Amino acid sequence: MNEPKIKMASKNLDFYYDNFKALHDISLDIYQNQVTALIGPSGCGKSTFLRCFNRMNDLIPVSRVEGSVFLDKEDIYSPKIDVVLLRRRIGMVFQKPNPFPKSIFENVAYGMRVNGIKDKSVISSRVETSLKNSALWDEVKDRLYESALGLSGGQQQRLCIARALAVDPEVLLMDEPASALDPIATQKIEELIGKLKESFTIIIVTHNMQQAARVSDVTAFFYMGKLIEVNNTETLFTRPALQQTEDYITGRFG
Amino acid sequence: MNSLFASNSTLIDFKNIQSNQPQNTEEFKMDKIVFSNNRFKKILNTAVFHLFRGAALINGLALFIVVYFMASNGLKAITWTFLTQLPTDSMTKGGILPCIIGTLCLSLGAIAIAFPVGVASAIYLSEYAKPGKILRIIRLGINNLAGVPSVVFGLFGLAFFVVWMNLGVSILAGSLTLAAMSLPVIIGSTEEALRSVPETYREASLGLGATKWQTIYKVVLPSALPGILTGGILGISRAAGETAPIMFTAAVFYTPYLPSSPFDEIMALPYHIYVLATAGTDIEATRHLQYGTAIVLIALVFSINLAAIIYRSKLRRKMS
Repeated sequence: MNEPKIKMASKNLDFYYDNFKALHDISLDIYQNQVTALIGPSGCGKSTFLRCFNRMNDLIPVSRVEGSVFLDKEDIYSPKIDVVLLRRRIGMVFQKPNPFPKSIFENVAYGMRVNGIKDKSVISSRVETSLKNSALWDEVKDRLYESALGLSGGQQQRLCIARALAVDPEVLLMDEPASALDPIATQKIEELIGKLKESFTIIIVTHNMQQAARVSDVTAFFYMGKLIEVNNTETLFTRPALQQTEDYITGRFG
Repeated sequence: MNSLFASNSTLIDFKNIQSNQPQNTEEFKMDKIVFSNNRFKKILNTAVFHLFRGAALINGLALFIVVYFMASNGLKAITWTFLTQLPTDSMTKGGILPCIIGTLCLSLGAIAIAFPVGVASAIYLSEYAKPGKILRIIRLGINNLAGVPSVVFGLFGLAFFVVWMNLGVSILAGSLTLAAMSLPVIIGSTEEALRSVPETYREASLGLGATKWQTIYKVVLPSALPGILTGGILGISRAAGETAPIMFTAAVFYTPYLPSSPFDEIMALPYHIYVLATAGTDIEATRHLQYGTAIVLIALVFSINLAAIIYRSKLRRKMS
């Protein structure tokens, strides 16, 4: 049995919103080609933690990070790192689908265009591949040049996934990707995640524990900005080591 | 609230209780108060609605009256000659072609200067500037600029563009002055348009590895363009019809030739109306010409507005 490689990791990560300490000393390994789920009650810091992985928190002016986050053994918070290049290797899908007010084609092509790819045939074929990989191609292949805003919520979210995939990232961060969607669309997204992990490393934040159980290989339980327990998903849900974890997954608090 | 509930419950009870005479009169009074309260609210509701509708109608009526008044007095002056020929016989005959050309040059010149400067300023203020003392001072300056009277702009233009920068009385000086006047409006509406672009678009773009400028240029600006155009329309429409700023900086009573360079002085529609109505050689005889000029000016402003509104709705349809 191959020892799974560590793709990303956080080490002693602290995060401050101004003077409020939102994350306390988090050390967590993320394994390559696996789905890691971050679960925990609202406000426990899991989204904040996720956003540290592609430095989206840099956009918040009063935020501060102490500790490190590693991508392939390189600290992404070192001053030498180019954040723009970093975000091409680590893609993100947000909670509420947010396609640009452009055509479906232009949405998926956007990432390539800003990265300097000009060759029309390359762009076309990558758009098609990305849409196929996010199980959206069949539904939109006849209306690629229509506005993306005309799609349903579930389709828009799959479009956002295609848009993130088109940049050919190594890691995919998903912040509650199905929470704004109906059950059928949610199921499609979950199937997609199962397929995608063969090519990508995925970290998913979810407040839906059953979803975490269905979709992930490793689950990490957060509470009040601290990492309480992390283990193989099956182990965490059937034989949690800590009482607090058991209380959460059995619904005694949430 | 409590009394309302109380009266409701006693209403139900009222049907069952038959022998509580004093209590009945109390409940009865309560019902009457509640009922008349509701009645009053309904009357108020309807009255306010009619008030608002009346205000809107007055607006439309005012515009109609102005247009009708001018049309009835000046329509007879609108002839092909009027629109395409230069004036003759001390402005009592001939046409106002140089005025039309002059106003067009000034408006286009003002747009060409104010639009890029205004939009760029707004982008800086809303996307790049860090909150702090300097930002507040800049904003204070812009807001105060919006309140400066147009004649003061005219004097400023005279002192700064005409004299100090030695541009002379010219299209250039006039356009610069009008541009300065339009800046606050353009900056304000552009900022609002930029602010109304959802933050999620910027996040998505940055998350894909775009730089801040790429995000603004490829996502935020196109999305805000209809709103920016609206502001541009408002700003320039206002500038096109102003008299005071151009009186000292670009417009003259009479020039025998059409303008051939930005350093030429020109005639302009609003100034022409002013001059004919106050200092012309034969004010009464040229009255219809004044109204005719006014009609042309309004038509010009309307067409600028209309063209921009059509372009804006095309943009909106493309985006949705």
